[in-house]
Amino acid sequence: MFADYNLPIIFAGLMALSVIVYAVLDGYDLGVGILLPLENDQQADQMIASIGPFWDANETWLVLAVGLLLIAFPTAHSAILKTLYIPTAIMLIGLILRGVAFDFRAKVAQINKHRWNQVFKIGSFIASLSQGYMLGSFVMGFESSVAAYLFSALSALGVTCAYALIGSTWLILKTTDSMQLRAIKWAKLTGVISFAGILAVCIVNPLINSFVFDRWTTAPFVYFVAFIPFACFTLLTIGYLVLNRLPLKDDSACWLPFLITVIVYIFCFCGLAFSFYPYVVPGELTIWQAASAPESLRFILYGALIVIPCILAYTVFSYRIFWGKVEELRYH
Amino acid sequence: MDDVFLLSRLQFAANISFHILFPSISIALGWFLFYFKLRFSISGHPVWMRIYRFWVKVFALTFAMGVVSGITMSFQFGTNWPGYMETVGNIAGPLLGYEVLTAFFLEATFLGIMLFGIHKVPNWVHTLSILIVAVGTTISAFWIIVLNSWMQTPAGFEMREGVAHAVDWWAIIFNPSFPYRLSHVLLASGLTASFLIAGLSAYRILRGDHKKAPRLALKTAVFAAAILMPLQIFVGDAHGLNTLEHQPQKVAAMEGIWETEKGVPLLLFAIPDEKNRTNHFELPIPNVASLILTHDLEGEIKGLNEFIGEHPPVAPVFYGFRVMVGIGVLMLIVAWYCSITLIRKNVLSSMPLYVLLAMTFSGWVATLAGWYVTEIGRQPYLVSGVLKTVDAVTDIAPENVVFSFILYMSVYVVLLIAYLHTLFLMARKSVEIEEMRPEEEIQSPFKGIANKTIEQGA
Repeated sequence: MFADYNLPIIFAGLMALSVIVYAVLDGYDLGVGILLPLENDQQADQMIASIGPFWDANETWLVLAVGLLLIAFPTAHSAILKTLYIPTAIMLIGLILRGVAFDFRAKVAQINKHRWNQVFKIGSFIASLSQGYMLGSFVMGFESSVAAYLFSALSALGVTCAYALIGSTWLILKTTDSMQLRAIKWAKLTGVISFAGILAVCIVNPLINSFVFDRWTTAPFVYFVAFIPFACFTLLTIGYLVLNRLPLKDDSACWLPFLITVIVYIFCFCGLAFSFYPYVVPGELTIWQAASAPESLRFILYGALIVIPCILAYTVFSYRIFWGKVEELRYH
Repeated sequence: MDDVFLLSRLQFAANISFHILFPSISIALGWFLFYFKLRFSISGHPVWMRIYRFWVKVFALTFAMGVVSGITMSFQFGTNWPGYMETVGNIAGPLLGYEVLTAFFLEATFLGIMLFGIHKVPNWVHTLSILIVAVGTTISAFWIIVLNSWMQTPAGFEMREGVAHAVDWWAIIFNPSFPYRLSHVLLASGLTASFLIAGLSAYRILRGDHKKAPRLALKTAVFAAAILMPLQIFVGDAHGLNTLEHQPQKVAAMEGIWETEKGVPLLLFAIPDEKNRTNHFELPIPNVASLILTHDLEGEIKGLNEFIGEHPPVAPVFYGFRVMVGIGVLMLIVAWYCSITLIRKNVLSSMPLYVLLAMTFSGWVATLAGWYVTEIGRQPYLVSGVLKTVDAVTDIAPENVVFSFILYMSVYVVLLIAYLHTLFLMARKSVEIEEMRPEEEIQSPFKGIANKTIEQGA
């Protein structure tokens, strides 16, 4: 099973897993940061309390994803990150700002707290936009043309909007009353924009990217590719209808928008992943060309197979502890 | 190329120097928190809870600074030092991977429970979460020191077509300098945290805080430092002997020894002159360097002239070593003086309190100085004998590195100021208000004791 040939596939799978878990988990807390209302301190407190126990672990999935890229496909790691040097630096600044703002805001005087709220919001925006931009240039094979830059800009907005969507559905799940009503409004708005964004990517991407076009129009991918947008659009429509009826009397189904969004995320991610497999740098490096030595991959794989289930187990444990609606912010 | 090399080194040095400040506190502070919480759980005395509550805030802030500054490092391996991963990625990759898998998730997840779950889980689960966070930070230190030690004294690998391949993982992990370096770093963290706790507590007392909590915290920290410092001297000596065996050129630079000699003097001070390959203004103590390094007054030590072109720049290593040792000696004197006074009189006068306040961040200075000694002392190699630093550097345009360097620097400077400001702000706040609202109070396992003493402000 762990034959040399299979190792790069296994590691590509692990990397895909960490990327999608990252997009969902840090997606919702970045989204909460993007949506943070600066005019309503009480709601801001509530929103931040809802992500308090989780954001740090959520962000660790990015470290794992980048770490796996570094460990398993070192040449791809340096090729990709050298090309995306500036957006990466900007994203890191965004992550740094929001990470520390989160802690500073709870420990300083009221006036400064407001300033750190701003930093938190700006940091979340910077991180989301630059991640979207990086995704866009990856999809465009790191081309430097006007079309590629425009597509990357579109992708930056799309990812930011998608994070805001999952963030607002997270808030629907975790809050009540006026906060929840506000989150439902946000979710409707960002849901509609996400719908348009996915549609735009589906049309634009194959038109300006011949590699994707070939991939999308050859069997058996064509069936799969036809299915994904269809599924996404159906789910987003159902989601919108659900949002129209929320909140229900006993707040049942408050989890449904979040679940629908997660499924849409997974579909979109699969669509992307299958568009590029087996390339780790589109059109240039396959996972076999970029892979590290098998004895190193095997050494880390044994550990990963033991540790990742443990990580998932205590992550579930942590989510169970903080299950249900968020309470008043009780720091420490 | 030269510009990119210099800029990348500057940027990496700045990043890692900024980063190391925070783990050097949080590794040991986690264990201090566990101790405070354990004392509370056993005695039920609320003063321990108060100490815990103050220091857990410092911990949360420090930890967040460490996490975000650490993430940048994992990106720079690829962006600025691609040659590093291309040459030794087969070794470095899995070690970094194990750090993420076994430490990062563990600390991050249980930190959430530790900070926000105190009302949601049973007391013992909360105490256990603190223990797991402390263990997690220590595991993290374990893996990163494995990698750093391997870069200093590589073992358990073979080179095939210019790329390192792992042969024996056991030998890689327990490479020759690893046990010494890990002990040295962990003790350094213990001392850094001890002096931070003592310094900030002294600040509170000097600001007129008459409550029991800062005095008890100060006492705990000073006693810890008094125990850890002699251990550190012992471990530091052993580490030095180990370095002499495996990296004699580094020791020669640390001691400012140019010619191979017997009965080498210890230079208390000198100005190394690399151009003329000599020292100026030497202040020597005869034979002592030989005594320390070979445990023999007439022992022979190799000089830098045996390693021309293969030894590190002398001045930063030479000075860095003296700064580190100087602070260590100062720490020993202060910790012992304060401990003995506390045992005898149970109270410190304002003079030693001011000294402790001045030494709040002495651990940072010593840690950075020591870090520079060992890292600059490895130059011109990135991985001793395997890969030179200059061969690992990126080929991206220097303007890019200038951009990111300025960006990181400005953010780091602001954050460092905000961090220091907030620590002292929290200390001042706690001088004024220490009372907890009753509904915030944690029920101690021994009912009755906790709530009564609370209102009086322990």
